[in-house]
Amino acid sequence: MTTVYETSAADQARVDRFLAEATMFLGPDPEIMRDHKSAPRTPAEEELMAREWDANELDRVRKRIVSGLDEAYEMMAQTGAAPGAKWGDLTSAVYSAGGDLVHISTGGVLAFASVLHYPVRFINKYWIGDPSVGVHDGDAFIHNDARYGNIHNTDQSIILPVFYEDELIAWVATVVHEGENGAKEPGGMPSSSESAFDDGLRMSPFKIIEKGELRRDLLTFLQNSVREPALQYQDLKVKYYAAQRIKERVVGLIDEVGRDAFLVSLRRSLEDVEAEARRRISAIPDGTYRVNYFGDGTLRENVMLKYPCAITIRGDDMTIDWRGSAPQFLNRAFNANLGSAKCGMNQGILGFLWPDLPRGISIMNSIEVLTHPGSCVDPSDEAPVGQSLQSIFKTFGIVQALFPKMTFSCPEKFGSIIAPWFNQINTFLFGGVNQHGQFLGNVCADLNGMGGGARAYRDGEPAMAPFFAAMADLGEQEIIEEDVPFLQLISKRIKRDNQAFGKYRGGMGYEIAVAAKGTPMWGFATVSSGSKFPAVPGLFGGYGCPTIPLAKIKGTNVFETLRERPELFEFDYERLMNERPFPDAHYSTHHLGMGFELAAEGEMYMICQGSGGGYGDVLERDPAAVVADVEAGYLSVGQAENVYRVVFDSETLAVDEEATAAARADEREARRRRSRPYAEFVADWVTDEPPANVPYYGSWGPDNERIWATVWGAKGPVRLAAPMAELPPLLLPDPREIEVLTLRAELEAARAQLQGGGE
Amino acid sequence: MRIPMTEYLDIDLDTEMWRCRRCDADIAPARDDYKTGTLVYDRDPTEIHRPLIDADRYEFTFAPDPSWCRILEFSCPGCGTMLETEYLPPGHPPTHDLEIDVDALRAQWSGWQGPVPLTLGRDVQVTDHLHTH
Ligand SMILES: [Zn+2]
Ligand SMILES: [Zn+2]
Repeated sequence: MTTVYETSAADQARVDRFLAEATMFLGPDPEIMRDHKSAPRTPAEEELMAREWDANELDRVRKRIVSGLDEAYEMMAQTGAAPGAKWGDLTSAVYSAGGDLVHISTGGVLAFASVLHYPVRFINKYWIGDPSVGVHDGDAFIHNDARYGNIHNTDQSIILPVFYEDELIAWVATVVHEGENGAKEPGGMPSSSESAFDDGLRMSPFKIIEKGELRRDLLTFLQNSVREPALQYQDLKVKYYAAQRIKERVVGLIDEVGRDAFLVSLRRSLEDVEAEARRRISAIPDGTYRVNYFGDGTLRENVMLKYPCAITIRGDDMTIDWRGSAPQFLNRAFNANLGSAKCGMNQGILGFLWPDLPRGISIMNSIEVLTHPGSCVDPSDEAPVGQSLQSIFKTFGIVQALFPKMTFSCPEKFGSIIAPWFNQINTFLFGGVNQHGQFLGNVCADLNGMGGGARAYRDGEPAMAPFFAAMADLGEQEIIEEDVPFLQLISKRIKRDNQAFGKYRGGMGYEIAVAAKGTPMWGFATVSSGSKFPAVPGLFGGYGCPTIPLAKIKGTNVFETLRERPELFEFDYERLMNERPFPDAHYSTHHLGMGFELAAEGEMYMICQGSGGGYGDVLERDPAAVVADVEAGYLSVGQAENVYRVVFDSETLAVDEEATAAARADEREARRRRSRPYAEFVADWVTDEPPANVPYYGSWGPDNERIWATVWGAKGPVRLAAPMAELPPLLLPDPREIEVLTLRAELEAARAQLQGGGE
Repeated sequence: MRIPMTEYLDIDLDTEMWRCRRCDADIAPARDDYKTGTLVYDRDPTEIHRPLIDADRYEFTFAPDPSWCRILEFSCPGCGTMLETEYLPPGHPPTHDLEIDVDALRAQWSGWQGPVPLTLGRDVQVTDHLHTH
């Protein structure tokens, strides 16, 4: 039998104070950072909830809070200086006093709903009782370090306590994707980050406004730490005034409905959402649903990264298992802190599975997440996370891929049966000195032009929206060009055959070609993957998206060509690369992880937005829809015939229905002829380990406890397989060093040959 | 009672089999991986996602690298319908994607009266869903 020693509150406080004072460093707190759920009722809430409440009245309070958040969202979208603010990459939030996030704004990035509580809990735990900090009316905290919460380090938040008659009654926050944050590369998402210190500003939550007064000393420090000091100040004010407005709305609301009704409304929102989430999970058939998907690069080099996902439903509980994922890399930027990785999952839930539920933290109370610490979705605090979106977008992609499989049989649906949305970061980051002499560093809104997944009843929408923000915008290119010294020479033009084929095809992505003009110094970067292995799969027999390369046309000034021989220019990525119209230019293609690169005037960089996954068997696609895509320039005649087996006159586009039916019947027969029964097939197909030519990371097959990795040591690369905890630290060599070594070896061989020939 | 589980497969609770929704062929026991009853083809991904820019000149061409990526095509032995595709590195075991607790599924539908509905989206319901092809 164990004896339980009672500690008096005073003793406990003394112990806590001692420990707090003796702590050398308040790093990210695992107790906070590993807990994605809302806290249980406090005794005070218990007492309030026991009373009679009118559900309609509470709902009115809830709607008033959300309308205050929407007002703040609009304020920031209208007045924010960061491109992200203008395009909807922001949110506003209201929390309980304990730091449970209850509501976010209707527009903006939904995934914030699952990550904004962490910094508030940190403030509550460490600063509220600390005499050197404290929390008072009129204070505001700033934060961006993803290891303490939020999605990634480009997002900066302003967090305000709300006091009512001297009681801390709630917290409010505003967050904007600011872009520039002093990282190794301009724009705040450095793909070449090699240590956490390359990730730029790492603001743990600290007080920037004290009792209504902005701390200019701290602001100056922050401004010195980033490339855009004006932006840092301007958007700090924007976020602060918007948060201030929410605070005014909350206080006004409490004046009107009373403290108790306000508190009960918050608590009820949390509990109702959890109850409804559990009811919905119960309707999903019990079982385990699995997907294995793969990333093809670290942003520096092509390696294969596994992202497995198994979702198990038992009654009203859901377990999401990411064990077997690729290990963390200590000098690559794609790792995502566990909280950030979970926000990818939450985006899938809020955007696709239950898009109608109020967005708060308790939606995840019924969900357990399993990871291997030390994996790229649960790395240590030392790992760089500058381009964590790589892993966050994958955790989104793998859960979204499973939702239609889990819910196909459910009579009640809240979203659609839909193939994977495109989920890579196909856009340009940029930096340098603009035409007005200002230093800029940020990202093109084309990130928001992702193709939608095909649905079970219609095609996906081309260039629709980013999967993380349904109401985001692409901006007006002409207006953007007033601030930036580059032009989009090809802009928003759907790329032919960039299509995920299916009975219903995925929404397609467009071409983007940029070239700098009229600037003393300018450069671009790309931070995506999916140029060797497609970024998204299809669903129920549909195909995934194609791979997408980065193309460069260097050593020429396209603006001179446009001036002197405009007939040479083609508004077409494919033709420019295949026909090579500029005589002296150098043409090349690359993977999509281009570290910041200086661009001379008129040098072209081209990429494409990606397409969402296709749905169903291509042979079931309506032939009329196939030729409509040909007519629109979305599909080549060759692919209409090769993939869809439609027989038509390529001049008139008239479909020969009979011949098409026959061609499709032949293809179904051909499938049966060339395919083999499963058991026979896998006996030949399955190998004990990954292909020798692929640097592979993660589990192989269903055994998720054995992790494969290629480790670089003094003697070069060695492949091994071990439990995650036993893998040595992974550091990859600089790809340029490998290139130098390869070239040097070639040079020595050539020299030896030359000397040999001379003898 | 047949419960639609994917675009092309349902589970017949009476026979406890995965069945093709297009041709009614029995595919595999419902408690097993439906893929075990399919025909499989190892598709070179460049045949589907063809290179759009000159593959002789450029390393990256819009076509996946066939030494990194294959498409497994799982089709119905009865009618040749493509039931599912899976993008995998060469040699990676196919994924057991749907492992359904058949007893729980039976319990879930035990009280259901009338035809089994098929809902494809929030406002999208198909009433006569079987044999639509
Ligand atoms: Zn962001
Ligand atoms: Zn069939």
